[in-house]
Amino acid sequence: MTEMSKIVRTITSIAFPFAMIYGLYVIAHGHLTPGGGFQGGAIAASACAMILVAFGSKWTLNKIKEKGLSVFESLGAIGFIALALLGLVFGVAFFNNFLTGSNFLFGTIPATGSGLADINTGGVIPLMNFAVGLKVIVGLFVIVLVMAYASTSFKEDKK
Amino acid sequence: MNVPDYTVALVVAVPLLGAFLTPLVGRINDKLRNIFVIIVLVLNAFLVFLLASDVLTTGIKTYVFGAKDLTYPIVRILFEVDAMSIFMAIISSILVTVAVIYSWSFMKENTGLDKYYTLILLLTAGMLGMVLTGDMFNFFVFLEISSIASCALIAFWTNKGESVEAGFKYIVISAMGALFVLFAVALLYGQYNALNIAILSNVIQYTFLDKIALVLLIVALAMKAGIVPMHMWLPDSYGSAPSSISIILVSATLASLYGVLRVIFTLYGNVLSVIANFDIPVNVIIGWFIVALAIISILIGVIMALIQTDFKRLIAYGAVAELGYMFLGIGTGIVALGTAYGKTALDGGIFHIMNDALDVGLLFLVAGAIYYATKETSLDKLGGLARNMKYTTVFFIIGFLAVAGMPPLNGFASKLLIYESTFQLNPILAIVAILCSILLLAVFVKVFYSVFMGPQLPKFKDVKEVPKSMLFSMGIIACIIVIFGLFPEFIINNLVEPAANALIGYSEYISQVVVGGV
Repeated sequence: MTEMSKIVRTITSIAFPFAMIYGLYVIAHGHLTPGGGFQGGAIAASACAMILVAFGSKWTLNKIKEKGLSVFESLGAIGFIALALLGLVFGVAFFNNFLTGSNFLFGTIPATGSGLADINTGGVIPLMNFAVGLKVIVGLFVIVLVMAYASTSFKEDKK
Repeated sequence: MNVPDYTVALVVAVPLLGAFLTPLVGRINDKLRNIFVIIVLVLNAFLVFLLASDVLTTGIKTYVFGAKDLTYPIVRILFEVDAMSIFMAIISSILVTVAVIYSWSFMKENTGLDKYYTLILLLTAGMLGMVLTGDMFNFFVFLEISSIASCALIAFWTNKGESVEAGFKYIVISAMGALFVLFAVALLYGQYNALNIAILSNVIQYTFLDKIALVLLIVALAMKAGIVPMHMWLPDSYGSAPSSISIILVSATLASLYGVLRVIFTLYGNVLSVIANFDIPVNVIIGWFIVALAIISILIGVIMALIQTDFKRLIAYGAVAELGYMFLGIGTGIVALGTAYGKTALDGGIFHIMNDALDVGLLFLVAGAIYYATKETSLDKLGGLARNMKYTTVFFIIGFLAVAGMPPLNGFASKLLIYESTFQLNPILAIVAILCSILLLAVFVKVFYSVFMGPQLPKFKDVKEVPKSMLFSMGIIACIIVIFGLFPEFIINNLVEPAANALIGYSEYISQVVVGGV
């Protein structure tokens, strides 16, 4: 994939933070609003893919290595299972929500009835959303990156 | 022996955690990663055996995810482990552990092994989840995990066009099968507002929608088990995957076979004796349908095996025929539900699941060893290898005699049970089964002669025996085959009988979850 025009690159630089923040917002509010780790991760990964399209695959591959990304992908999955196992250690069962009601991280129990959403609720669910979000951002971006990489090397072979 | 309840969850959690730790360990050192994967799988096999000893002595074990106890109405994921589940889990963990030990040398020269081992561990988690779960939707999820992982593993040798084609075929077939299963689960959920197998089984009515769900479930799972006429993906996948993967795929297809058994015997256990159309009970209709499929599988499998020239495709068709024997025993057991010979047939069918996994697995490992030593799988180009590869030859003799059902080995024990019980249902079935078994022997004698016997070929003069890790893993399976063949009574009494009783006694499965008819 080759570099696009300067106009596209400038607009991408402006739009990238907004798209990224929106993705992270969807991940962080996964337990309150529609969406969650997967959906927010897909939004954030599309922001990364936008960078790849605008700046070209060579520039992106110079900045980011695929191997480093796959470590983060593993970490996302490990985080998810580790949280489930922590439920066994600190709670009563595998996948037990041991944080809820503990008044610790995300530990408050929300008031019943209609009202404003409280982000400090949900126990391990937001944490699991973060883990899934990390895995999806990195995983989808690696897929796009590998496809871009394959298409670039293909063109050079033809020349 | 009593083990804590959470062992059930650990059996699936340990390979899942191991799968994602593998790429991180692989960054340090390749050898360390191989040792790590073997340790994870041995630990997992140990957990499975602990769980087995508990389930076989104290009965069904349930485990609720995320909470201490069940609360009604049930929205939680539930694992329910009975003797049949643990029987399948034992098969899976033995085969996967052996395959990983075998891979140490067999896959040494390949790149991308981090992903290979990650996928193997994911596939293990998928298979074990399928056989241990007590929830229909959860079953679908694990089915998807195992099919995606096995698709990637079938196409692992991407430099060969055939592997990629086989992987593509497999993913199309399994995506279709998984959608059938999902649709059937949706039909059941829509009617009964439950996903738990025990609760569904308690309230099932055999309405028109239930009939559709039953057909979809049996067809999709039988397709994934590779029964004729839905077997076309099986020789391709078994034949073009690496041999260490073929043996794991054998146990993945058997997990789908377990799905068929669980659906018929447990999920629809309550309605099996309902009189359906033409004044015939449901179990007779389903049973004869399965017996018919089984006989076609045996015939087509053996006849197609006769004409193959590729070593691994030939074994794959042999595996289709062996699947036919299992379905023959199980189908007879369903037709003659409640009679003594029906019970014998079910025993034979279930025992044959384990025997087939071991025998066909051993043959695939031998084919892999031949490929490793000579880089050749075509039977026309091989010959005279017994001189250079003594141990492999011995393992092949054990494997093919066991597959063909020769007396001192395990294949004989289960096939005899199937013959004597199907004879009482209809003598023609038993005659076809025995004749095809003899044909299978003929097929493998031909292979034995063309690969191992005959004059030494000049191009194979310098062929050496395969490395120790491969011999060791083949040796483990060969030992198990011989022990099972010498003491079949022990295995039947301690593993197979409880499994068959667990399938027939579905009311106990229900009573673990549904207390006093919720």
